[in-house]
Amino acid sequence: MQPAESTVDPAEVAKFEAMAAEWWDPDGKFKPLHMLNPCRLDYITNQIAGEFGRELDAPGPFEGLRLLDIGCGGGLLSEPMARLGATVVGADAAPRNIPVAQVHAEQSGLEIDYRNVTAEALAAAGEKFDVVLNMEVVEHVADPLAYLTACRQLLKPGGLHICSTINRNPKSFAMAIVGAEYVMRWLPKGTHEWNKFITPDELFSLLEQAGLRPVDRKGFVFNPISWRWSVSDRDLSVNYVTASVNPA
Amino acid sequence: MCGMDNPVTIAFMRLMTFDSDILIVGGGLNGPALALPLAQKGFSVTVIDALSETVRKNAAFDGRAYALALASKRLLERIGIWARVAEHSQPMLEIKASDGRAGQGPAPFFLHFDAAEIEEGPMGFMLEDRFLRRAFLEAMAGEPRIAQVEDRVEAQEVDASGVTLTLASGKTLRGRLLVGCDGRQSGTASRAGIKRTGWDYGQTALVCAIEHERPHHGIAHQFFMPHGPLAILPLPGNVSSIVWSETHDVAAEINALSDADYLEVLRPRFGDFLGEIRLKGKRFTYPLNLTIAHAFVADRLALIGDAAHGMHPIAGQGLNAGLRDVGALVDVLDHAVRRGEDFASASVLARYQEWRRFDTQTLAMATDLTNKMFSNDNPLLRLARDFGMGVVNAVPGLRRGFIREAAGLTGELPELMR
Repeated sequence: MQPAESTVDPAEVAKFEAMAAEWWDPDGKFKPLHMLNPCRLDYITNQIAGEFGRELDAPGPFEGLRLLDIGCGGGLLSEPMARLGATVVGADAAPRNIPVAQVHAEQSGLEIDYRNVTAEALAAAGEKFDVVLNMEVVEHVADPLAYLTACRQLLKPGGLHICSTINRNPKSFAMAIVGAEYVMRWLPKGTHEWNKFITPDELFSLLEQAGLRPVDRKGFVFNPISWRWSVSDRDLSVNYVTASVNPA
Repeated sequence: MCGMDNPVTIAFMRLMTFDSDILIVGGGLNGPALALPLAQKGFSVTVIDALSETVRKNAAFDGRAYALALASKRLLERIGIWARVAEHSQPMLEIKASDGRAGQGPAPFFLHFDAAEIEEGPMGFMLEDRFLRRAFLEAMAGEPRIAQVEDRVEAQEVDASGVTLTLASGKTLRGRLLVGCDGRQSGTASRAGIKRTGWDYGQTALVCAIEHERPHHGIAHQFFMPHGPLAILPLPGNVSSIVWSETHDVAAEINALSDADYLEVLRPRFGDFLGEIRLKGKRFTYPLNLTIAHAFVADRLALIGDAAHGMHPIAGQGLNAGLRDVGALVDVLDHAVRRGEDFASASVLARYQEWRRFDTQTLAMATDLTNKMFSNDNPLLRLARDFGMGVVNAVPGLRRGFIREAAGLTGELPELMR
């Protein structure tokens, strides 16, 4: 299914298609995502629990919540959300990711609705969600404002939108492109284009223009000594995440 | 259409049905210590051990005892074990370490660690093995999420969703995660193809309990003798546990002696400060060797305690290290579940391995080095270590550091030990 109007840059989709098969190998091509994942999940689960008044200690804390994972890839976020009880739609513009994610969800005994569809197409179809996860996608789209507007349209009133991306400054260029793509070889060369990176202030402004109300922003910081990622209140210099709500 | 009677569907349904979330092989000490907090956090657990519960429970006094670090005691408190054993424990109020020579008593320089110097209280507790085992078995019996199976594991098979164990009885058990707590010759590890590196210290530990005339005042002693260390660890009443290392040959000779002759050899090694001594319970020997598994985790499998790292018991660190594994694994699995992760996935288990491998390698090396340095009669080395002990003793900050280390309060502590 090819949506007529899409803001996904076709060249970007092709790059990720080439990487799709190795999604679930923690030491494979997606090692950096596996390393970052606990930190992303901590932020996401705490934001959802806070916004919807859920207890993470309780069984099935996200039951009754309809959640969309945009750019779901192999399902690294979709599966945890389904395990916590959410009804999950995983959307990816790369068709090859869908069967990979489906096969893995079956092995995990999880029911997840994976679709080869864009956020814009879902919005046009009138789909509505309590939570939209928009992680590490916005830096790959051709028109961020149109894309974020579609994300807002996908939310029920009071719905939560979580969006992470990479800052644009000399340090993020050094870390995310030179470091991750060239030195560490964590990501294939050409994964990111620095001029598409967005600063936190620019993102807040774009979110507001899209009709969302930003409520939180935090940094994801990599510590090269402990070799671990953590959530930071202050350091948003490279990877960062935002939470915003649909006030309508 | 694939109906419920489709063979593929049936096979799939079987793969998705689990007897327990977690299968634990080994019902000694670390296995139950892990089963209890996991069950308390909501996991269903099956503990498999070849020995019957009656055999494991009805042990009489046999002289085996543990020096539990403060951090270990905290973990036992959190999982509801400490209340069952507290009355049988003996706090270690002070530790005196000194250089000794057979027949000559302690050297003029010695290390003195007093629990009064750290605010957390006694740095450790002595507890007999039998009380700890019994408490674990009783606590597990009262926990509805724990099932106990008396059987031996013959085979284990890992697939994308879980682990299937085939038992000697022919029965099979299926779980999401397998944990090997089956000791330094861990079958769980070898069936998974995990290799081990081991080395022999050339020493054997002689272990016994003694009754003595004078009170020990809660003081633990460690004498570094030329052949190996000798520890006197206080038990309730006028009883102490002795752990004493000698070269294999000497140990074999001593072990062959009658009780009376054995005591005659032991007596001059630590002087007469406890008055008359006599043996209580059985005598044991343990050849000292170190064995480390090359990996602490594999697909849907984790190793804890001696199965991961069998250690020289020079400072009672074996069980303490095992309980640290327990605390770390519980933390990692619990956090994974709260995030919605597959708790038995490779990326989750890697966090446990990363956490514990550094700690245990450091401890194994330090224990090995301490032993090598002190088990030596070279006069220069002897002077150096006597001087070193005097320095540590004279500097309060340094001494407090050692006390906290002995109490197990250094490094990254799991939640159950904080």
